[in-house]
Amino acid sequence: MELLSGADMIARFLKDEGVEYIYGYPGGAALHIYDALFRQDAVKHILVRHEQAATHAADGYARASGKPGTVLVTSGPGATNTVTGIATAYMDSIPMVVLCGQVASHLIGEDAFQETDIVGVTRPIVKHSFIVKHPTEIPTVLKKAYYLAASGRPGPVVVDIPKDMTAPTERYEYVYPKKVKLRSYNPVTRGHTGQIKKAVELMLKARRPVFYTGGGVVTGDASEALTDLVQRLGYPITTTLMGIGAYPQRDRQSLGWLGMHGSYEANMAMHHADLIVAIGARFDDRVTNNTSKFCPTAKIVHVDIDPSSISKTVRADVPIVGPAGSVISEMISLVQGREPANPEALTEWWERIDGWRDERRGKLYEPAAPGEPLKPQQVIEAICEATRGEAFVTTDVGQHQMFAAQYYKFDKPNRFITSGGLGTMGFGFPAAMGIKQNYPDDDVVCITGEGSFQMMMQELSTCKQYGIGVKIVNLNNQSLGMVRQWQDLNYKSRHAHSYMESLPDFQKLIEAYGFTAIRVEREEDLLPALERAFADKDELVFLDVYVDPREHVYPMQVPLGSMRDMLLSKTERT
Amino acid sequence: MRHIISILMENEPGALSRVVGLFSQRNFNIESLNVAPTDDATLSRLTVTTVGDDRVIEQITKHLNKLIDVVKLVDLTEGNHVERELMLVKVKALGAQRDEVKRTVDIFRAQIVDVTPSVYTVQITGDAAKLDAFLQAMSPIGVLEVARTGVSGISRGDKVLSL
Repeated sequence: MELLSGADMIARFLKDEGVEYIYGYPGGAALHIYDALFRQDAVKHILVRHEQAATHAADGYARASGKPGTVLVTSGPGATNTVTGIATAYMDSIPMVVLCGQVASHLIGEDAFQETDIVGVTRPIVKHSFIVKHPTEIPTVLKKAYYLAASGRPGPVVVDIPKDMTAPTERYEYVYPKKVKLRSYNPVTRGHTGQIKKAVELMLKARRPVFYTGGGVVTGDASEALTDLVQRLGYPITTTLMGIGAYPQRDRQSLGWLGMHGSYEANMAMHHADLIVAIGARFDDRVTNNTSKFCPTAKIVHVDIDPSSISKTVRADVPIVGPAGSVISEMISLVQGREPANPEALTEWWERIDGWRDERRGKLYEPAAPGEPLKPQQVIEAICEATRGEAFVTTDVGQHQMFAAQYYKFDKPNRFITSGGLGTMGFGFPAAMGIKQNYPDDDVVCITGEGSFQMMMQELSTCKQYGIGVKIVNLNNQSLGMVRQWQDLNYKSRHAHSYMESLPDFQKLIEAYGFTAIRVEREEDLLPALERAFADKDELVFLDVYVDPREHVYPMQVPLGSMRDMLLSKTERT
Repeated sequence: MRHIISILMENEPGALSRVVGLFSQRNFNIESLNVAPTDDATLSRLTVTTVGDDRVIEQITKHLNKLIDVVKLVDLTEGNHVERELMLVKVKALGAQRDEVKRTVDIFRAQIVDVTPSVYTVQITGDAAKLDAFLQAMSPIGVLEVARTGVSGISRGDKVLSL
């Protein structure tokens, strides 16, 4: 029998659970736990410079590796600083466990120093939360937390730990719980066979089918199965922003991603489809545009692990509750040896789709004229080339995020890492740190803008401490580009607080941390700068790339319209 | 349409706030709510009446089911059920009003449970519509205070909501 304090139980549990990294920041209520971490070396703790960065780093780690991320913070401000990161993970269904120190039990409710009801604060943005009531509960509570975070539809779980629960003087028996059971929580492991059969019949009979797949395929590790199914049928596929890479984007059947700034052909195909097979996607408003005009001629098959996602915004004709992987595998076995019933209709469908592709070919953006500032789109294309399309790419939020998604071509899942649901500026840089630690031999690029980067730039210090060699490409347009774009379109170009005056000299700023920064203003400087940046995988390099502030992101769906109502450039509209 | 949803949930601190929070967070209505322990000490039963079309009610039950603390639930209005609410009402009872109140109480099969020279306290059970009707009947005389428990319900016949 082994007797451990609550704090040592936490450290020991994390080791037994196979946790490699914790991202965190110490403080009074967490000090017993920090002391326990100090006295072991199985679990590595990464000291961030702001608790929000800890959640984003853990999030990035989780997205790239598929394993839950772990965060450790103190009570009060330490805990409230994690809120944005928890909400980010919640909206994108990312497995994460956030351990929060709390004031001692006898002080709870007395407005004690650094006391916050963090379980109350985070209640609407967690999958579940726990308050530890007795040190002996710690192993089971933590096991439940990791189990809940990673299973079913993943999500963040908060564990609030009052300081007296971790007191070094009280020791109790520790046993690692190999399994936990929750009577009220039984995530589905497979879909309803009858429904899957019905869906497959519709798929084989379809004349104008489109696969529309989302983050559920990526988190469900179902990309290979999806690719197999889609290629067997020969149907077009579009993904959501969160689903990018689940199907190789360079393949002919891929229409790119869909929605507000999705590709012209993807949105047109969706609008004209007679069957939409949605897998692990949630018909988000940035995808559907006006739901009353959404895909008027399509029947909808909707596969999702979360029943509450089905028929939430758009009614499904064939709902299937189940994990993407097993449902797709079952679909494959039903499709095997059968052919689509309407080959001529499908040929015609592909002709229309190719027609839409041809309409926009070569017109996506106007390349920079000599002497003019670089276009953000060409910078992304150059990054894609410099990294052979194989890097992990994180982004912040705004125009640069959309450009990165549009012009970097991803053939693998988990490579495009972005805050899709919450749209959190400041996400990209700490997320890149979390990824780089798990994939030290890969290129990890944070594509950001000068607005977003300044929200989390203190993490340069963390990168310096742990030698984290991420690459940062700052698409510097000296303004909050997406806000500015909306102001151009909807507010007669009144740029209310979307400009970025008094920008720092990024080069000096980066150099102050001992890193290399290169300022790029001309086209001829771009490639050499990228070569320099990617020369050494272990070195943090920052490229401050000045781009045209007048550029807009297109296509852009017209508000309240259908999927096919899009602005295609400053002067063209569907 | 009005629905009565009965929920068995873990008798844990915070479970109630998760259920209530879900309704405000997702813009669902709560018309009445009651919650109490059951014969199983580990479970509480919560009954909520809410209003919404089929799509909204479907979302409500799905989201409730997603809460880790919710063990099982039933939409009682989907089948035959018994619905009851208890109300305590203080009404003015002076002079001739005293007989009038007593008569109305008898008609509604209610009971007077406390008496002072000027006030009767009435206890009445029934479905929500009956309680509303009683309040309406009393309003010309003068309703001083109302305490309602909110709707509780159970399905008719052999169907049971248990683990």
